[in-house]
Amino acid sequence: MSLAILYTIITLSAIGITAAVILYITAQKFKVYEDPRIDQVDEALPGANCGGCGFAGCRAFAEACVSKNELSDLFCPVGGNDCMNEVAGILGLEAVKKDPRIAVVRCNGACENRPKTNVYEGASSCAIASSLYGGETGCAFGCLGHGDCVDVCDFDALRMNPETGLPEVIEENCVACGACVDACPKDLIELRRKFPKDRKIYVSCRNQDKGAAARKACTVACIGCGKCVKECPFDAITLENNLAFIDSEKCKLCRKCVAVCPTNAIVEENFPPRKVKAEKPAAEKAKKPVVKKEKADEVSPKDSSEQKN
Amino acid sequence: MLKTFKIGGIHPPENKFSAGKPIEKVQLPKTVTIPVAQHIGAPSKVIVKRGDQVKTGQVIAESAGFVSANIHSSVSGVVKKIDTVLDSSGYKKQCVIIQVEGDEWVDGVDLDDTLVTSTDLDGKAISSKILESGIVGLGGATFPTHVKLSVPQGMKADMLIINAVECEPYLTADHQLMMEKGKEILVGTELLMKAIGVEKAVIGIENNKPDAIKHLTNLCGEFKGISVCALKVQYPQGGEKQLINAVTGREVPSGGLPIAVGCVVNNVGTAFAVYEAVMKNKPLVERVVTVTGKSVEKPCNLMARIGTPLTDLIEMAGGLPEDTSKVISGGPMMGKALVSTDVPMTKGTSGVLIMKDQEAHRKPMQNCIRCGKCITVCPMGLEPYLLMTHSELKNWEESEQCNVMDCIECGSCSYTCPADRPLLDYIRLGKGTVGKIMRSRKK
Repeated sequence: MSLAILYTIITLSAIGITAAVILYITAQKFKVYEDPRIDQVDEALPGANCGGCGFAGCRAFAEACVSKNELSDLFCPVGGNDCMNEVAGILGLEAVKKDPRIAVVRCNGACENRPKTNVYEGASSCAIASSLYGGETGCAFGCLGHGDCVDVCDFDALRMNPETGLPEVIEENCVACGACVDACPKDLIELRRKFPKDRKIYVSCRNQDKGAAARKACTVACIGCGKCVKECPFDAITLENNLAFIDSEKCKLCRKCVAVCPTNAIVEENFPPRKVKAEKPAAEKAKKPVVKKEKADEVSPKDSSEQKN
Repeated sequence: MLKTFKIGGIHPPENKFSAGKPIEKVQLPKTVTIPVAQHIGAPSKVIVKRGDQVKTGQVIAESAGFVSANIHSSVSGVVKKIDTVLDSSGYKKQCVIIQVEGDEWVDGVDLDDTLVTSTDLDGKAISSKILESGIVGLGGATFPTHVKLSVPQGMKADMLIINAVECEPYLTADHQLMMEKGKEILVGTELLMKAIGVEKAVIGIENNKPDAIKHLTNLCGEFKGISVCALKVQYPQGGEKQLINAVTGREVPSGGLPIAVGCVVNNVGTAFAVYEAVMKNKPLVERVVTVTGKSVEKPCNLMARIGTPLTDLIEMAGGLPEDTSKVISGGPMMGKALVSTDVPMTKGTSGVLIMKDQEAHRKPMQNCIRCGKCITVCPMGLEPYLLMTHSELKNWEESEQCNVMDCIECGSCSYTCPADRPLLDYIRLGKGTVGKIMRSRKK
C-alpha cells in the first residue's frame, strides 16, 4: 500500500520536472524582450485610448515614448503636462511643456442669425449632407447641425444646443483630443490655447464669401472688413479669403477687436462685464447673440475682483 | 424575348409626360453663367478676363489636364465678371458671367441644317476635334469623351455601344433627339467608330420608345455596321456596365473599365454633339433639356445654351407650379435636388424635374427588417444593407472588402427599401472615404 503511494509521488514528480524543463526551454527559446518601462509608461497614461496623440491607443503611445528616446513631438493631450512629466520621470527624459488646449466651435449661425433657405431630409450626418450641398442656409461654410462632432466625442464634451442648433463645448470635459476637429466636414472646430478661467476670444465664423454675400446669409458673419486687424496691438489677427483669424498663441485677450467688429462675429466668452463707459458697450453687448451668455454672467461676480488685481 | 442585364434592376413608373413634344429653342437669356467645372476631372482654366468681347463658340476656359475639357462661350457678348456663383452642386463655384449681346458665332461654324455625311478626317483628327470642341458625356456623368476614345495600350475595342436607353423616369430629351436628329446621330456614331477604330456599333434603346427603335432601324440601312438593339425596360439599364451586359452578355470585371471587355459606350446626345463638332465645326454650347413634372403645365423638351438660368427653362414650361417643393436637376433616380432654381444649366443637365409637395418628401428611416430586397435589386450584385451598416460604423476596411467601390450609385436600393433607409447616402459616404483611403495608399 505504501509502495503504491511512493510510486505515484515519484511518477508525478518526474512528469512535473520534465514538463518544467520543457517549459523553461521553450520560454527561453521564444522569449520576447519587452522594455519594462513600456508597462510603467502605459500605467502613467490616462488609458482613454482616444487617439488624440496621433497613435492607435495608449499602449502604442507608450511604446513610441520608450522607443523614440525623446519626447519633443510626443504629447498626450488628455493627461496634459502632469502626465507627460511623469512619463519623462520614468524614462529619464525631458518633457516638452505645452499649453493646455480646448476645442472651439467657430460658427455662431443660430436659427435667428442665419435664416433657412431650404429643407434637408436626407440621412442625419454632416459628412453626407456636406457631400450633397452647402447646407440648409445661404452660408455654405457654417454648421450643418447633424452632430457628427458630438457622435465622435469620447469624453461627453460636446452637446447640441436644441435652441441654436449648434454644438457646444463643455469646457470642463474637453481634453482637446481633436476627434471632433477631424469629424467636422466644414472644418469649424479648432483647438485653441486654453486661457485662465476658460476665457476665449475668437472669430466665430468660417465664411469665406465676400462681405455682402456673407452678411446676407448670416447676420453674425465675418465680412472681412479688416477693422480687427488694424485694431489688434499684438498682430494676432490675420485676414485671408475675406475671413479674419485670431491666432490664440499671440492673443493677449485685450478685447479691443470685439468692440470694433461690426457684425459681432468676434465672440468673447467667460469675461466679466465691461466696466468702462458702461452704457454704450453694454447696449451693444445686449444685442450680441453670444451663445454662452449665462455662463459668462455666472463667472463674472467672482472674476471682477480678481480682474482688478 | 428582349434582352436586359442579368442581375437586379427595378421598374419605377415611367411618367414620360414630355414624350413626343418637339424640341423648342430657348430664347437667349440676358446673361449666361458658365461654370468652369462642368465635367468630371480638373476644372478648366479661365482664359478670358472681365470686359473681354467674346463670340459664340469661342473658348473661354481651357482644359486643365488629360481628364478635363474645354469650355466655350455659349453666347456672344461681354464678360461681365468672373466670380463664384451657386451652381447645381449646391456650392459656389467659379463661373464666367457673360452679358449677352446678339448671337455672333466664331468663324468657320456651319450653322446650316443640311446633313453632311462624309469627311476625309481620320480617327486621330476626329478625336482631336472632339477634344477641341469640349465634348463630354451628355448622359449626365459628363466624363470627357476624348478620354473614352483613347484606348489604352494593350487593350482592344471591338464594339461601340450607343446609349439611347434613357432609363431615368420622366426624361425624354434623348428620345426626342433620336426622333428629330436620327440621321445626324448615326453620322456621329460613324465618326465615333472611326475614332476608336471599330467596325461595329450597336444602339441600345429600351422598348418603351418603339417609335425611336423603328425610326433608327429604318435609317440604319444606309449605314454600314450600325444596328439597333431593343431592350426590355429596366432601370438602371443606362449604366455603362449594365448596358454592356444587356447588349453583349459580357461582364465588366470589378474595378475595371468597359474597355476591359472591348466595349466603348457613348450617349446618344454625345453622338449628336460629335456630329456637330466634326461636321459642322460647332463646339458644345447647347444641349437638349427636358423640363417636366406631374404638375408642370407644359412639360417640354428644350434646346438651350449652356449657362442659361434654370428659371428661364422653367418659364418655358409654364412656370413653377404653386405646389412645388423640390426641383431636381436630372432625373428622379440619379438627379440632384437643387438649393435654388437660380442656377445655370450645364453640359450635364439632362432634365429639370419639378416635384409636387406630396411626392417630394422622404419618409423617416426605420430599422432594417432584413428582407433582402436591396440585394435583389442591386444591379452590381452588392449587399447595400451591409455597406450602409459598415459606413454607419465607420468600418472602412470591411466596406472595401465588400466592394463598395463597385457601386454605381443608381439608387435602386434606396428606392426599393420598405424601411425607407437612406442606403445610397451612406454607401456614397463609404465610397468617398474608401476612395480617399485607397488613393492615399497608392502614394
